[in-house]
Amino acid sequence: MKLTKLSALVASTALCAPMAMAQDMADELTIVSWGGSYSASQKNAYHDPYTAMTGVKIINDESSAEAVAKLRAMNEAGNVTWDVVDVVASDAMRLCDEGLAEEIDHDADLAPAPDGTPASEDFGDLLVSECFVPQIVYSTTFGYRTDLVGDTPPTSVCAIFDLDAYPGKRSLQKRPIDNMEWALYCDGVAKDEIYDVLSTPEGVKRGLDKLGTIKDNVVWWSAGAETPQLLADGEVVMGSTYNGRLFSAIAEQNQPIAMLWDMQSFDLDGWIIPTGLSPERKARAMDYLRFATDTQRLADQAKYISYGPARASSAPLVGKHAELGIDMAPHMPTDPANATNVHIYDYEWWADNRDDLNAKFQAWLAK
Amino acid sequence: MADVSNLDAFVEFERVQKSYDGENLVVKDLNLSMPKGEFLTMLGPSGSGKTTCLMMLAGFETATHGDIRLGGTSINNIPPHKRGIGMVFQNYALFPHMTIAENLSFPLEVRKMGKTDREVKVMRALDMVEMGAFGGRRPSQLSGGQQQRIALARALVFEPELVLMDEPLGALDKQLREKMQFEITHLAHRLGITVVYVTHDQTEALTMSDRVAVFEDGRIQQLDPPDKLYEEPQNSFVAQFIGENNTLEGVVKEIKGGTALVQLDNGDLIDAKPVNVSKAGERTRVSIRPERVEFNKDRMPEGAHTLKAEVMEFIYMGDIFRTRLRVAGKDDFFVKTRNAPDQERLVPGQEIEIGWLADDCRALDA
Amino acid sequence: MSDTTQSGPVLAADGTPLKRSLSRALRRQKIRALMLIAPLLLFVLVTFILPIGDMLFRSVENQIVSETLPRTVVALKSWDATSGETPDEAVYAALAIDLKMAAEAKLHTRVGSRLNYEKPGISSLFRKAGRQVKKWDVENDGPYKARFLDLHKGWGDPDVWSTIQTYSPKFTNGYFLNSADMKKGADGPEWRPEDEQIYWLLLKRTMFMSMAITLSCIALAYPVAWILANLPARTSNMLMILVLLPFWTSLLVRTSAWKVMLQQQGVINDTLVWLGLVGDDARLAMINNQFGTIVTMTHILLPFMILPMYSVMKTIQPTYLRAAKSLGATNWTAFWRVYFPQSVPGIGAGSILVFILSIGYYITPELVGGTKGVFISNRIAYHISTSLNWGLAAALGAILLALVLILYWAYDKIVGIDNVKLG
Repeated sequence: MKLTKLSALVASTALCAPMAMAQDMADELTIVSWGGSYSASQKNAYHDPYTAMTGVKIINDESSAEAVAKLRAMNEAGNVTWDVVDVVASDAMRLCDEGLAEEIDHDADLAPAPDGTPASEDFGDLLVSECFVPQIVYSTTFGYRTDLVGDTPPTSVCAIFDLDAYPGKRSLQKRPIDNMEWALYCDGVAKDEIYDVLSTPEGVKRGLDKLGTIKDNVVWWSAGAETPQLLADGEVVMGSTYNGRLFSAIAEQNQPIAMLWDMQSFDLDGWIIPTGLSPERKARAMDYLRFATDTQRLADQAKYISYGPARASSAPLVGKHAELGIDMAPHMPTDPANATNVHIYDYEWWADNRDDLNAKFQAWLAK
Repeated sequence: MADVSNLDAFVEFERVQKSYDGENLVVKDLNLSMPKGEFLTMLGPSGSGKTTCLMMLAGFETATHGDIRLGGTSINNIPPHKRGIGMVFQNYALFPHMTIAENLSFPLEVRKMGKTDREVKVMRALDMVEMGAFGGRRPSQLSGGQQQRIALARALVFEPELVLMDEPLGALDKQLREKMQFEITHLAHRLGITVVYVTHDQTEALTMSDRVAVFEDGRIQQLDPPDKLYEEPQNSFVAQFIGENNTLEGVVKEIKGGTALVQLDNGDLIDAKPVNVSKAGERTRVSIRPERVEFNKDRMPEGAHTLKAEVMEFIYMGDIFRTRLRVAGKDDFFVKTRNAPDQERLVPGQEIEIGWLADDCRALDA
Repeated sequence: MSDTTQSGPVLAADGTPLKRSLSRALRRQKIRALMLIAPLLLFVLVTFILPIGDMLFRSVENQIVSETLPRTVVALKSWDATSGETPDEAVYAALAIDLKMAAEAKLHTRVGSRLNYEKPGISSLFRKAGRQVKKWDVENDGPYKARFLDLHKGWGDPDVWSTIQTYSPKFTNGYFLNSADMKKGADGPEWRPEDEQIYWLLLKRTMFMSMAITLSCIALAYPVAWILANLPARTSNMLMILVLLPFWTSLLVRTSAWKVMLQQQGVINDTLVWLGLVGDDARLAMINNQFGTIVTMTHILLPFMILPMYSVMKTIQPTYLRAAKSLGATNWTAFWRVYFPQSVPGIGAGSILVFILSIGYYITPELVGGTKGVFISNRIAYHISTSLNWGLAAALGAILLALVLILYWAYDKIVGIDNVKLG
């Protein structure tokens, strides 16, 4: 079984197969992603090699932020123009629930690890939805101004609630996800009981009350670029954002900022294939997906951006930054030194409770 | 009422100058004095400075130099709304968001007049211009002529002693214009108000005014009653501007006994009344009205110099005949004759002799 | 003329009644006119009327439940939600068949998401059950109640069943109730718990903020428009370019620029501290609050106020002011009684534009509004793009639309809509 699959892979990539397959696959791909340096890293690591190999023209669309709504609208109009879409895991789940993303047989559709480990094992727990192929692990974590914290830089996430030790403003994302977990954690709830507590009205109130202790000192952000800017301007002492944004501010712009990895919240970003594609386009999209999520490709992306590859087998292959020449491994959220105390985000729980809690969170925020 | 010291000078301009850019004078050394109750028209081509003078009097422009007096008091530093001068604008400037009655009531309101008094005055003013039934309408619902009457009524409703009118009839058609000319003059005389009227239409000026000030190049060229202005123009601009005129150019040979002998450029000699020529050898432009030219030998003034003329064109105009002649090498010489049973009709090609009374032919500046 | 003496209808030359002849001639004209505007009419229909109609329809539409779970809906009819008991076996059996068919068509998660808007947790209940039920033999595998309860204890929660029952009709007022911070209770609509009430507050805040923005736009735009309208054409054209300049800059850039200006370590605060007007430890909070939102939105929307004002003021001739002064009015009276009333149509048009635009803005309030400067459109955007609860978004949109129409109507009553001139 394993052998035949492997030989088929070799045949399809190395021999005359691409010629034969070109007939029943579209020769154009529209790939949707987030834009900026993230899209650039995908272009370098995935798109360019794929085009070089197959001659397929790849069109980049930077609409991931509105992908869920747009896919639904396209689906209702019966005209899906996207082939492969980069979304965060929670959006992938929603798309899957709405029947807007294709279910994927991870072992059959994706390449195994170089040592033959099937994809489902290589990705492991990160396969949070049947429709989702994870690409990177990123984390929402904290950065702080090294010059504004005195001699005692924060080592625990609970520093954000400690106005005495770290006076000044902090920036938090304008949504309940992560913030509620951090609040409960710092209010003394054990890590593995957070979601049980949060499932009760009292737990929600407890979380919001904890956040209420710093409410007047919080700048709420909704775009990932805001916290690095607020830190650079000295508007806030510390703030949460995506670890890659902080990496840019620290390593590329040399701002006086340092990372606080404690209780970083892992999240996943990856691919889905929209439903409603013609057989040729679907075949091409699947072919691309197989290529772009293999072990080497995922490791390659880490040369351009500080997000961890989603495959276990890619980790040893992570090298240096393509331009700065820095060793990238220590900047990965998945690096053992950074991942001593992480927060595991419960996708299923949030899929059920996101809208409800969001309404309560916004109501709390607005008052 | 207003000024006991000098009844003759109700409105006075003394050495008034106006410049907009500090380089050119739009009004140059204006002197004007008008008595109470006079209807004075400022006439001139556009750009001659007449409207600027009116605006200075109204207070919307300040004089660069000189003094403007109203009833003996200098008004240079009095803002427009305190001058108490009524004004009728070219486009009427009726406030479109107010009814006719509200428009008329406005100057009374700003004078803090009580409501009942206002209503009485507004009604009286509307009746005065025969628009009593239109108080509730909006200006846009009225015809041009009706708007004109309202504008007039509004300028008069607060009983100003001086009313300024800036080409108020410019937008009306010919018939209506003539009717309004008549009405305005009568109203002004009936109310005994002083009017300064600006127009570029000489007929209007002549028919309406007690006196006309002809403006050109920032100066008053002549200030006289209409008949004098027409019959005795003081210079060739006035002669040209007022009514129709024939001009011939030449040199003064001699001046003797109140008559100038002028040799035209082709050598012919004619008699003329010296107006602004003083000695022999001066170049001059003689001017003669078409209706004062005689070609009937029987009626030719005695001893007059005559000129040869060739009939170029005969134009039948109903009440009069206009005949274009070629005289002294120029073919734009006109003769006007009354359409009467015994009137001779000239035929193109016909050779005739023309002449005139020396008093009708005025030797003016060249 | 002779017609007056004729009795009976007036006839055309060919003997047909004149009225019919006229209406025939006019009809041909009307048809031709209609044909000429047909493309535009179609365009307006497709791009404006249909989407609005679709939105209004979505705000009450709820067919998904009865279409995906037809047997369950029928079986649930006789169940008494107030009993506190779970439904009987027949309902579970119906659900098993419905769910199996839905799962095969991959529709079970959709209905789960729909019901999850009303009761958190149903989404995963359906997702998990669908996966299992697909493998069942729904003819013989009973009893189903026990099997469902085995899958997840949530199936034994009467609230879940009452939610399905409440939202089984093809049309619902649930979205509108939600928009008004209410929900369907056992005995008709009831208020949501206080910690979930948000829309009413946001609606009031949106109205208040939009009014404040409109007023500050009027205050700032009036003098600018006046200057523009009264300057010589050459100068005013140049200044007009300055007014329009912001249109050529990205909205985000303008918003970010205001952040740089207004934040605590920003230009204005730095200047004030440098001048010694405020202490370094007492820097003013001018952004991430209502003040910041009003300032930024006023700046962004100002051209929409200036332009209609300018075009109206341009038509007000200076002679009106002169006339007023010649009639004895002071400068102020002349302005207030004569100029201002004539400029009202411009203010009206600008206000309508700015007000409607500002209640629909969400990007700027999201970025500079902090917690107190958020508009209701932010929630609409959230439900459109994140929660996919388009029904609720449509209901909120419909309420906003109704509100705008009411204000428009009120404006018509108070000021008169023919008193609006856009140019």
